[in-house]
Amino acid sequence: MSTRSWRALTYGVPLAFLGLFFVYPLLAILDRGLRGDGDPPLDVLTDPVTREVVWFTVWQAFASTALTIAVAAPAAYVLGRYRFRGRSLVSAIVVVPFVLPTLVVALAFLAILPDNLERGWAPILVAHTFFNVAVVVRIVGTFWANLDPRVTEAAATLGASPAARAREIILPLLAPALAAAAAIVFLFSFTSFGIVLILGGPRYATIEAEIYNQAVRLFDLRSAAVLSIVQLVCVVAAIWVATRLERGLAVTGTLRAERDTLKRVRNRRDKLVVGVSLGGLGLFLGLPLAVLVERSLAVGGGHGFDAYEALTDRTSVLLAAPWEAIVNSVVYATAAAAIAVVVGGLAAFAVAGSRGSRGLDTLVLLPLGASAVMLGLGFLIAFDTAPIDFRAAPWIVPVAQALVAIPFVVRILVPTLRSIDPRLRDAAAVLGASPARVRREVDLPIVARGLAVAAGFAFAISLGEFGATVFLARPDRPTLPVAIFRFLGRPGELNLATAYALAVVLMTVTVVSVLLVERVRLRRGGWF
Amino acid sequence: MLRAEDVSVRFDGAAALQDASLEVGDGEVVTVLGPSGSGKTTLLRVIAGLQAADSGRVVLGNTDLGSTPPHRRGIGLVFQDHALFPHRDVEANVGFGLRMRGDADERVSSRTTELLELVGLAGFERRSVGSLSGGEQQRVALARALAPEPRVLLLDEPLGSLDRRLRDRLLEDLGRLFDELALTAVYVTHDQTEAFTLGDRVAVMRAGHVVQVASPDELWAHPIDADVARFLGLANIDGDEVIRPEAVTVRPSPAGNATIERAVRTGPLVRLRVALDDGRSLDAAVTAVAHPEPGDRVDVTIDPEGIVRLQ
Repeated sequence: MSTRSWRALTYGVPLAFLGLFFVYPLLAILDRGLRGDGDPPLDVLTDPVTREVVWFTVWQAFASTALTIAVAAPAAYVLGRYRFRGRSLVSAIVVVPFVLPTLVVALAFLAILPDNLERGWAPILVAHTFFNVAVVVRIVGTFWANLDPRVTEAAATLGASPAARAREIILPLLAPALAAAAAIVFLFSFTSFGIVLILGGPRYATIEAEIYNQAVRLFDLRSAAVLSIVQLVCVVAAIWVATRLERGLAVTGTLRAERDTLKRVRNRRDKLVVGVSLGGLGLFLGLPLAVLVERSLAVGGGHGFDAYEALTDRTSVLLAAPWEAIVNSVVYATAAAAIAVVVGGLAAFAVAGSRGSRGLDTLVLLPLGASAVMLGLGFLIAFDTAPIDFRAAPWIVPVAQALVAIPFVVRILVPTLRSIDPRLRDAAAVLGASPARVRREVDLPIVARGLAVAAGFAFAISLGEFGATVFLARPDRPTLPVAIFRFLGRPGELNLATAYALAVVLMTVTVVSVLLVERVRLRRGGWF
Repeated sequence: MLRAEDVSVRFDGAAALQDASLEVGDGEVVTVLGPSGSGKTTLLRVIAGLQAADSGRVVLGNTDLGSTPPHRRGIGLVFQDHALFPHRDVEANVGFGLRMRGDADERVSSRTTELLELVGLAGFERRSVGSLSGGEQQRVALARALAPEPRVLLLDEPLGSLDRRLRDRLLEDLGRLFDELALTAVYVTHDQTEAFTLGDRVAVMRAGHVVQVASPDELWAHPIDADVARFLGLANIDGDEVIRPEAVTVRPSPAGNATIERAVRTGPLVRLRVALDDGRSLDAAVTAVAHPEPGDRVDVTIDPEGIVRLQ
């Protein structure tokens, strides 16, 4: 393939896919929200409910971010300063909650909380912390591990006490990593959906959850569209502020390889610091999941596999037997991962090849900020009339899930592609390889591992995808998260236990796929 | 003034320092010379309090520093790659130690100006450290370490990362500064020129031990063993005798008692390797523009004054 047709392919396929399935639905939302039924959207904007929802969305996002940083700090310190057996294993395991489906996290906290406390803002904040702690631990920990410890030692020889060193040296130097991590946590908390829907009860809703309420519960697509626009504006503003903040904080210091910066665990004090930090985090992350498993086994006064046995029975809750949801989820997620890797992979080649231009880069990352619920809503509004009435098409669910996964695929692949020494390509070319041959012999083998990792993550993300899928999954073809949500909405002990059991199944499949990915990845840097 | 006594440090079972001892008098500059991996930097880190010793002690004045943390020792350290604070400008770097001891702002500012003048960087206050050249960064690191008037200044290969010409200039500046301020200093290097130029005494380290401490002249005259002699560049070692290259005189002579094997100009000097007819081979140095070529017959005489017996 010539360089020109390769370019056409790497730009054309992602642009066509994102144009049809992302930009067009987005425009449909804008059209419905701004023009709606002929009225401007002022009534929705001035509605006190809207104001309340926006206020809650903003403050809970700030509070979740602060809490996450506080909880993650000790583990980030330990990973950033110490070398010990199992360090890379710890840094792999800590990612597990981040890739867990939000519904699993929500159910874990539903399971652990006393019945009378289960709805409200506090469990939402704690669940967000549980979900996002990996972001802070990995980004800040990795950055910390690459800071030159001698800069801090220099401060010590100049008379700075440990507290002064933390305040004057370590904190300012970590600031860019902290800001980057905080921005991501803020964004995830801001657009939180499943956790808020389940733990928030009727009183607390984020914009994301309110879009769903308006569209699905009240059938008011116009209000949902207006709220989507509000959310989009907020997210874009937040990203803009975060980018400026990060640029302002950036320091060009000397970064060093981890082997030169980490210190061994030598004495009892070191052991205590490492043990308490990691043990505390392990308890925080492990306990809710353990209780979730326990609750899925609770029947009457004792324990048993009744809820799991009930997975094979058809029930009135779904138009299918619960186990079929497992099959649906795996099939959909496999298809979604395939789409995401092809489209995202081509986009990654295009982005990595064009160092200057940020257009495509921004476009492929946008679905992340536009949020899953908006994608689902957009599909509903955009694809409702012939010839593009896709709402009942079986492939619409994997396409939506792939859109959610594509930004992650691109994020994983672009750094790998850019890290290829251009001299390798030059060397191959000088030795007589055509451009297509260079891609096959040089780029592809190096990217292969990244592709495997990207496929695994795309699979895990699609498996747990809830925000878009809940709009699009047909009643007789529920995915696991959708089935869990349906069971949760019905009264009765067995329905609750079935929801817990399905959550355990979903958790297990996700964790297994992510750990397989981490095995491929373990010896490499980066955090995604 | 400063004494390190029988200091030992082990890393993962391997000894980095073994019973290393070093004494520095008031106002004295001791240079520590040794190949990389000989434990020089570890010794400095133990003195600064950045590395705990497994045994031995460090005494400053009459106080055993024991477990005194680094920020209460009053010992300054100039790091190998400068370790400047990348998020602070030049003034804030130099003034850091003054601020830590609680000096008032005007005092910090005036003393910073004074020090920047001292190291030849007047007017650099507002510059970011990232915009400085290697030599300028080194001067800032020195000013920063000197600012809080440490009782002892430690320098860890401060010129190691600089090119040769810059190094020669800074070496001269450093020597003048040490004299002017009557500093008590320990200067670690693997470079013989630096060690001999700056040190009132030179301590030679090898494999975690301090093997010899002597003035530059004394060290040159009486290396303690063959390894030290070889490390100092004395190549003609014959049993327990060392023959200095400059004690070997080479005169062209067709009769002669030796043949030139190799001749290499290294600058002002031409290094010769001669094979004596009795089977020995010797290194010699000549300063002439014209010099014998390989294969030439020469007459070699050895000045008995230039023969050193190892102790």
